Amino acid sequence: MNIAKNIESVGVSIRNARKSYGAFHALDDVSLEVGAGEFVSLLGPSGSGKTTFLGILGGFVQPTSGSVFLGDRDITYAPPHKRDIGIVFQNYALFPHMSVGENVAFPLRARRLPKSTWPARVRDALSMVQLAGFEDRRITELSGGQRQRVALARAIIFEPRLILMDEPLSALDKQLRENMQIELRHLHQKLRATIIYVTHDQREALTMSDRVAIMNRGKIVQIDTPVRLHDHPTDSFVAGFIGEATLLPVEQAGAEYVKLGSYLLRSAHPVPPGKEIFLAVHAEKLLIADDTDDGFLNRMAGTVTEVLYQGESARVFIQLDDGTRLSLRQPSNHTGLTKIKSVGSRMTIALHPQDTILVPKASY
Amino acid sequence: MFLLLTPALAVIVALLVVPLLWLAWQSVYHNGFTLENYRRILTEDIYWHSFLQTFRIAFIVTAATALLGYPVAYVAASLPRRWSIIVLAMVVLPFWTSVLVRAYAWLILLQRTGIINSTLKSLGLIDVPLILVNNEFGTVIATVHILLPFMVLPLYATMQKIPAELTMAGASLGGTPSHVFFRVFLPLSLPGIIAGAVLVFVLTLGFYITPELLGGGRTFMVSMLVSRNVELYNEWGAASSISVVLLACVFAIFWAASRLIPVERLMGMR
Ligand SMILES: Nc1ncnc2c1ncn2[C@@H]1O[C@H](COP(=O)(O)OP(=O)(O)O)[C@@H](O)[C@H]1O
Ligand SMILES: [Mg+2]
Repeated sequence: MNIAKNIESVGVSIRNARKSYGAFHALDDVSLEVGAGEFVSLLGPSGSGKTTFLGILGGFVQPTSGSVFLGDRDITYAPPHKRDIGIVFQNYALFPHMSVGENVAFPLRARRLPKSTWPARVRDALSMVQLAGFEDRRITELSGGQRQRVALARAIIFEPRLILMDEPLSALDKQLRENMQIELRHLHQKLRATIIYVTHDQREALTMSDRVAIMNRGKIVQIDTPVRLHDHPTDSFVAGFIGEATLLPVEQAGAEYVKLGSYLLRSAHPVPPGKEIFLAVHAEKLLIADDTDDGFLNRMAGTVTEVLYQGESARVFIQLDDGTRLSLRQPSNHTGLTKIKSVGSRMTIALHPQDTILVPKASY
Repeated sequence: MFLLLTPALAVIVALLVVPLLWLAWQSVYHNGFTLENYRRILTEDIYWHSFLQTFRIAFIVTAATALLGYPVAYVAASLPRRWSIIVLAMVVLPFWTSVLVRAYAWLILLQRTGIINSTLKSLGLIDVPLILVNNEFGTVIATVHILLPFMVLPLYATMQKIPAELTMAGASLGGTPSHVFFRVFLPLSLPGIIAGAVLVFVLTLGFYITPELLGGGRTFMVSMLVSRNVELYNEWGAASSISVVLLACVFAIFWAASRLIPVERLMGMR
């Protein structure tokens, strides 16, 4: 018995799904194609429709319109227990009256598989999540991280073709969360299952996913690889949501140029059409300029207003001469820190044209 | 701090502890220490018979309230809050009318010439009126009606705390609705069933007015034994000993139940 060998992942296709509560659209005409074996995250602020989206996939929410396909099977109206989708719920949803082993064996019992096959499969599933030998423990005896693993083992034991996870790590502390992220990533590589993962933690989404779908107000506003999302946000919402970006209104001044106050900045990317354009400045992309810089970089000058030392890096707040506020992040190595001027002194900052990201104003 | 407890403590001691001790004392003292009253309970048929009948009725009433109350509590717990309050209100509303009034109401409904018999007769389903009252059946029906809220409320309180994700998880893992109900929901609602059952059982053991009015002399519950001993024979010693035995039974039941679920929950305090 080997779960990893048996999972035959399929793609998922959600077409024009809408869920309305009265006049309010919790999910507004959303389409998403997920390839077999792909790891896709849904990332968005609270209330953006992520759980509703998973509910439609899991069969707990009836879409007002639209359809859901698992491979080439239309499951829009299939009841949850006939979908063969493994779900890891936010609060684990372990059955408190059952032992770890009974919880993990639940899908086997529900499918009326012969009892003699259970122990081997439970053992296999538990060892996949590093909980070998935990069969007889009570749920109440487990730590948060262990419960999370049991929920995971229970969701993969029946070799589902698709696994959904709704903020599965949000209740864990930071250290554990980061370890679990890496483990989930490895598990995904081992199982090669299709995974749709909901989170409101962008770092988590960027770390784990092949692609990330950014949601806002019931819509998917952008779906892209983590790198593209970071460097090519489609609009001001995504740019503001991903990374530590400051959005500054700029004016178009030619095919490659924009004006920020009195500064003329060159971008390596085409200036987006439209009247309202923003420059998205990521704190880590802003450099402290020194005399050795070539004229290639966009330069601005201002006054240091505050310096925060944050361990692995320092954050420096700068006010440009026209009053615009910016912040930059400087890695806290010796050379990096010595470049930071003291509060009140003047400092020149630079931005590479490749990092000069311009976005149109979000239309919603 | 503890001074604040003194008045309450005084009331409890004066109105509960003292009478109970007096009761216990009376049952064993009659011109000297005697166990005569208890010997009689153990040996005379009428007592055995009455205790048996009382326990049987309590058992039937408990089972009936559980069977009737479970679906009601289930519906109330699965409805949105606004509607669940309406359902619960309908269960609890009769609770505010007097037990006496309800007993007479059942008498009117169930008697030979009552609505039920006359309806069945006019429909041609029966020729001779059914004997629905003045027997154990009438007692059970009226008692079930009166005690139903004591089953529904603890059940509702328990069910309402079962997270919806658990049944959703059960379904996503492949459980049919009935599989999820029997493997997940029912076991998790068990503490509510136990709490409701203990309340209903214990309350039925001490029921008096209902069997007196609807039992028609054929139902002879322990509480009636007590009252007969006092009213007819002026036998305070005998009446006390019966009460003490009944009280002991109640304590035993509570003790047994408290081994299954926490006492706070048993008393409806969660
Ligand atoms: N049963 C419902 N009735 C009315 N509104 C709902 C219901 N379920 C969800 N919503 C609304 O739909 C929106 C999206 O909710 P949800 O999918 O839970 O968001 P997220 O998981 O991204 O936080 C929210 O504004 C929420 O209030
Ligand atoms: Mg949510």
